[in-house]
Amino acid sequence: MKYTQERFTAGTLESSDAMVTVAYCEGENRITVDSVVQEQFGEAIRKTVEEVLHEMQVKNASVTVVDRGALDCVIRARVETAVLRGREGL
Amino acid sequence: MEKKLVKTLREAIVLSGLRDGMSVSFHHHLRNGDFTLSAVMEEIADLGIKDLTLNASSLFDTHQSLEAHIENRVIKKINTNYMSQGLGHRISEGIMEEAVEFRTHGGRPRDISLGITPIDVAFIAAPASDAAGNCSGKYGPSACGSLGYAIPDAMYAKKVIVITDHLMPYPLTDCSIPEIYVDYVVQVPAIGDPRGIVSGTTRITRDPVGLLMAETAVEVIRHSGLLKDGFSFQTGAGGATLAAAKFLQDHMLRENIRGSFASGGITGYLVDMLESGCFEKLMDVQCFDLKAVESIRKNPAHHEISAMQYASPAAKSAVVDHLDVVLLGATEVDTDFNVNVHTDSSGRIMGGSGGHSDTAAGARLSMIIAPLFRARLPIVCDRVQCISTPGKDVDVLITQRGVAVNPKNEELILRLRDARIPVVDIHELKYMAEKLTGVPQRKQRTGRTVANVIYRDGTMIDQIKSVK
Repeated sequence: MKYTQERFTAGTLESSDAMVTVAYCEGENRITVDSVVQEQFGEAIRKTVEEVLHEMQVKNASVTVVDRGALDCVIRARVETAVLRGREGL
Repeated sequence: MEKKLVKTLREAIVLSGLRDGMSVSFHHHLRNGDFTLSAVMEEIADLGIKDLTLNASSLFDTHQSLEAHIENRVIKKINTNYMSQGLGHRISEGIMEEAVEFRTHGGRPRDISLGITPIDVAFIAAPASDAAGNCSGKYGPSACGSLGYAIPDAMYAKKVIVITDHLMPYPLTDCSIPEIYVDYVVQVPAIGDPRGIVSGTTRITRDPVGLLMAETAVEVIRHSGLLKDGFSFQTGAGGATLAAAKFLQDHMLRENIRGSFASGGITGYLVDMLESGCFEKLMDVQCFDLKAVESIRKNPAHHEISAMQYASPAAKSAVVDHLDVVLLGATEVDTDFNVNVHTDSSGRIMGGSGGHSDTAAGARLSMIIAPLFRARLPIVCDRVQCISTPGKDVDVLITQRGVAVNPKNEELILRLRDARIPVVDIHELKYMAEKLTGVPQRKQRTGRTVANVIYRDGTMIDQIKSVK
């Protein structure tokens, strides 16, 4: 991703979904997770986001996940979509 | 006779002789629309009275102002049967020095009647009263129907203050609480907001998962051997349990089965079942919606009962002891069938037993309806965060992916298998859920105790620890 002020999102704040926002940031990927199941799955969600970013060879991204109890496959899909939207927009 | 009608709440409190360290009580029939508890506590705080024990049958988010009274030491201790999450989360953070005592709807009147939790002054919000204190929930702009939870308070408190916004001419017959128990009557502009007191209509779920579980629940009831003339039933007001009541009604009408009674918190769906002939009587400790309020006012077969008659183990017998089937919910169930309805999966207070453990103990078949997982949290775990109802009193867990039967019920397992109902081991349900959600991490709770959970027989069944 190149430099941009824009943020790209995917997902919703409905129960069992997650809203993922991706933006450019200097340096390494930065991941923020805010989840209704933080205690139980906070670490798992962070790991999933890292995996997707790695698979898609994304660097310099700031990713925010606001999770309402989404399953892992949903988080994966939302992150992937937000990144692709970011790429298309550039 | 001394004149009972006094001009202001403040005058009534002063006349009652309320002093530091005493115990005050409230009922929760006005639910989230209640103005009374907050107004009374405000006056008490203003009078400079401190270190009170608050004994309330339930506390809702509308009572959030209690937080300030806890901080100012007006309230030193809370005894209740249910606490919604607004106050619950704050209690979990440890804002009180003394642990909250949670009881059940049957355990509370038990302990009041036995003098274990004596009440000095009971404040009874009454939708209608006469000047002598004959009071009722059936009339007036704030009508809430049954006043069942207030009856033990009226009978056993040293002083009783009735607070009403609808003064009727003496004598108000057909009352919930008679004048013999009442010391003072106060008229106020409004005891509550009718929109928060009862919901207009309680709706059944449209969620296909909920409907599937409801259908399965009715299949289990059908094949339990209990569904025949004389059948008795209780259900909560949750979406899936209401849907089950509707499906049960269809089945009973089709098969021409005539039950004896339905009990508990009464909704319009149970009123429909009464009126269509599924049951002879409703035994009502609390009304949940307008249709129930109208029914208890008009229909003599819709009968008001006190919290003691509903569920007290100290009563010589109680309605819950006559129940065939109860349908209940859960936030967590463990592999020993223990049920949590006090906390969420992170251990924060957001509810309470209410009548859960009373009906589970009394009913011949107690059924829990809950989805396999909610927002990524599996319903079945190794050990619930808090034991609200012990596994020995729980017979069946119904999910959308199968029915787990407590292994002690060998006969029921055979009956359900014969009927081709998908009976699965409860460990299997846990495994199925975790395959989809992943295995949740659990923290050891090492904080101090913020609440003691007292089972209906008076023994402590669990403790809730603080959560940061």
